[in-house]
Amino acid sequence: MKILVCISNVPDTTTKVTFTDNNTKFNTAGVQFIINPYDELALTRALEITEKQGGTVTAINVGLADAEPSIRKALAIGANDAVRVNAEPIDAYFVAEQITAYAKAENFDLILTGRESIDYNGGLVGGLLAEMLGIPSVNVVTTIEVENGIATMERDIDGGKEKVSCKLPLVASAQKELTEPRIPNMRGIMAARTKPLKVVEVSGDLKTSATVGFELPAAKGGVKLIPAEQAEQLIDLLHNEAKVI
Amino acid sequence: MILVYAESIDGNFKKSTFEAVSYAAGIAQSNGTPCVAVSIGNVDDAKLAELGNYGADKVVAVNSSKLAVFNAEGYAKAFATVAAAEGATVVIISNTYSGKAIAGRVAAKLKAGIASGVISVPNTGNGFVVRKTVFSGKAFADVNLTTAVKVLAITPNTFDTNTFGKTASVTTADGSLTDADFISSSVEISRVTGKIPLTEAELVVSAGRGMKGPEHWGIIEELAQVLGAATACSKPVSDMHWRPHSEHVGQTGITIKPNLYIAIGISGAIQHLAGVSSSKVIVAINKDPEAPFFKAADYGIVGDAFDVLPKILDAAKKLKAAN
Repeated sequence: MKILVCISNVPDTTTKVTFTDNNTKFNTAGVQFIINPYDELALTRALEITEKQGGTVTAINVGLADAEPSIRKALAIGANDAVRVNAEPIDAYFVAEQITAYAKAENFDLILTGRESIDYNGGLVGGLLAEMLGIPSVNVVTTIEVENGIATMERDIDGGKEKVSCKLPLVASAQKELTEPRIPNMRGIMAARTKPLKVVEVSGDLKTSATVGFELPAAKGGVKLIPAEQAEQLIDLLHNEAKVI
Repeated sequence: MILVYAESIDGNFKKSTFEAVSYAAGIAQSNGTPCVAVSIGNVDDAKLAELGNYGADKVVAVNSSKLAVFNAEGYAKAFATVAAAEGATVVIISNTYSGKAIAGRVAAKLKAGIASGVISVPNTGNGFVVRKTVFSGKAFADVNLTTAVKVLAITPNTFDTNTFGKTASVTTADGSLTDADFISSSVEISRVTGKIPLTEAELVVSAGRGMKGPEHWGIIEELAQVLGAATACSKPVSDMHWRPHSEHVGQTGITIKPNLYIAIGISGAIQHLAGVSSSKVIVAINKDPEAPFFKAADYGIVGDAFDVLPKILDAAKKLKAAN
C-alpha cells in the first residue's frame, strides 16, 4: 500500500490575521506555522492504515523552503519520506497541478488531503487532483478503511452521513472525526532528521488566478447589553429590532 | 452564457440551489446573456420548470439510473459535459458538501480558474474579481480569475433568492457517461430527520463549556426547537464528547453565517469567532463580563446561563404562541 498525503503549511489557529504591502500580502511577522490540522489527521490515518497492513506514506508539500519545519514534523509523526515542490502555492489549481506532476509516475494507491486548508479554505485540491489524475474522489470523509483494494468511507453530506465504497486508487479528503492527531515522540523527531526530503522544481506555468488584495471584516458597532434579570427582553429585541426571529 | 448547478436531494431542490440560480441569473442579466441551470438525477418536470422563477432561462436535466444517487466523478462529468456543450463562460456551484465535491473536478475538466467560498458578485471593472472568505472568516480575499472559463463556488446563506418569474424551457442531455465514471458508489445515506442541518440553518443556538456538562443541554435543544434553530457547540465541548463533532463551529470545525447566532457559555476564542463572525446578528451570554465574545456580539447578557436561559426560553415560547 502506497499512500501520498498532501500537507499544507498554515498559520496556527490562534493567529491574529493582519496584512502588509497595502493589504496585498499576509503578514507572517511573529506567526507560528503548523501542518494544516486536517492534513495532520489525514497523515495520522495514513500511518494507521500502513501500520496495520504494510506500506509506505509519503508527504508532499507545495511550498518554499520556509515550509520545511512542517514537512519535518510530518516525517517526525511517521511519514517515510517527503517531497517539496519548490514554489509559492498560488492557488488550488496550481497546487493540484504540481502534485499531479509528481504523483502520476508514482502510482499511489491512496492519496489523502485535508478537507480544506485553514488559511485559504478552498477545499478544492482533492477534487482538482483526482480529476487531473483521472481517479475517483470522495470528500469530507470521517472514516476510511481499506481492504482488498477497496476503500470504505463515511462522508459528511448536508444534514447527515453517507457511506461510500470505492476501488483504489482514489483521493479522499479528511474531515475532523477521521482520527486523533499524533504527537511526535523523541525517536520520531530524531529519525525525521535523516529521512529523505526531496525537493523538486515546478512543472508548467499555467496561471488561473491571482489574489489582488485582502480586507479585514468591519468591526462590530458595539454590544447592546441586556440586564440578566430582564433576559427575556432579548427575544423582543431579536423580534422587533433585529428582526431575525 | 452563465451555467449553474441545480443541486437536488431526493428529487427536491434546496434553498441553496435557488440562491445559486438567482445569483447566476443576476450575473446573466447584467451581461445580457442567458442563464442555464443543470439538474442531475431524478427531478420531476414541474420542479425543473420552477427554476425559471429564480431566473433560469433554460434547464438541462441529466438523468439516468446511475445518477439516482450522488457520485463526484459521474456528476462532475455530466455537469462539465453540459457546460462545454452550452459554451458556458461562468459556472456557478453552491459550496455545499456535494457542491465542493464536484467543483474542483469541474474546474479541472474545463481548465477553468476557480474560487470557492465566494461572497460577492464578480467585479468585471478590471478583470474578473470575486471576494471570498479566508482564514475561516478572519478576513476576505479578492481573487482575480484570469482564465476564459471561470468556476465560482458560492457560500450558501449569503445571497438572496430572487424571483424573476421567467418560464424556463426544459431539455435533457445524456452527459456522455460510461461505467468508468462510477467507480465510487454510495452504499448508504442517513440523514437526520426532524432537525435543521447546521450548515443550512438561518438561526443557530450554540453552547460551550459554561453549560458544565452534556446533561444540561436539554434547555439548549428546547430553545433551538422553539426558535426553529439548529444547535451548535464550541471545540472543547465536542473534544470532550459532550456533543457530536458535527456541531463544532470554529476555525477547525464548520464555518457558518446564519442570520442569528446565540452563543451561550462560550468565551469567544479567536478560533471560535473565526467560524461565526459573519453571522448577521450575534448574541453572547456569558457570566464573565470580560469574555471576548462581547466584543464580537450585537447583543449581550452578562449572567449565569442557568438563570438567564429559562427567562429567554419562556419569552420565546410566548412569542411563538402569539405569532
